Amino acid sequence: MSPILSLAISGTLVLYALSMVLGLMRLMRGPSAQDRVLALDFLYVVGMLLMLVLAIRFDSSMYFEGALLMVLFGFVGSVAMAKFLLRGEAIE
Amino acid sequence: MMFWGELVVACLLLASGGLVLLAALGLWRLPDFFARMHAPALASTLAAWLVTLASIVYFSLHKGEWSLHVWLIIIVLSISAPVTTMVLARTGLFRGRQTHRALPPPLAQTPDDQT
Repeated sequence: MSPILSLAISGTLVLYALSMVLGLMRLMRGPSAQDRVLALDFLYVVGMLLMLVLAIRFDSSMYFEGALLMVLFGFVGSVAMAKFLLRGEAIE
Repeated sequence: MMFWGELVVACLLLASGGLVLLAALGLWRLPDFFARMHAPALASTLAAWLVTLASIVYFSLHKGEWSLHVWLIIIVLSISAPVTTMVLARTGLFRGRQTHRALPPPLAQTPDDQT
């Protein structure tokens, strides 16, 4: 791995970490509950992108399955929480 | 060949990092829930596309064969992101109306007022 790519991966990870901190601040502060759900969904997406970058960093395609699972569970979790806020129950 | 491929991967990754940071800034700075809903779409569409392309380029160059399975993430994300957005928007509308806010907000100046 060339030093350019390694430096770029470090920079990308730093940018993702900053974004996750901002999302976490919105999650803590969010004036309404749907703001918090939105921030949690964003955190899931950024975590999934983080795993894809780590797959390049460690040159292993094992991270791909984890990223796919994070997409699926993030979707199910966000929809369940939004549905709960909408109807008062997740499964009716 | 390998050097140029890694340069492309580096550019794609940095661009996606910048886009995700932009999305997070939007999520943090925008004033209203419905305005804030726009921002994370950047992360789940363009940034995810860029990272997926970077991953495909990197693993294809390293293994010497096409490795396209990361494409699945884009497919799943392009199905799930609009559904989440619609359900969240409906949640915002419902909970806003429950607290007796006029949603969507009335237009400041309708064409009838101008006559």
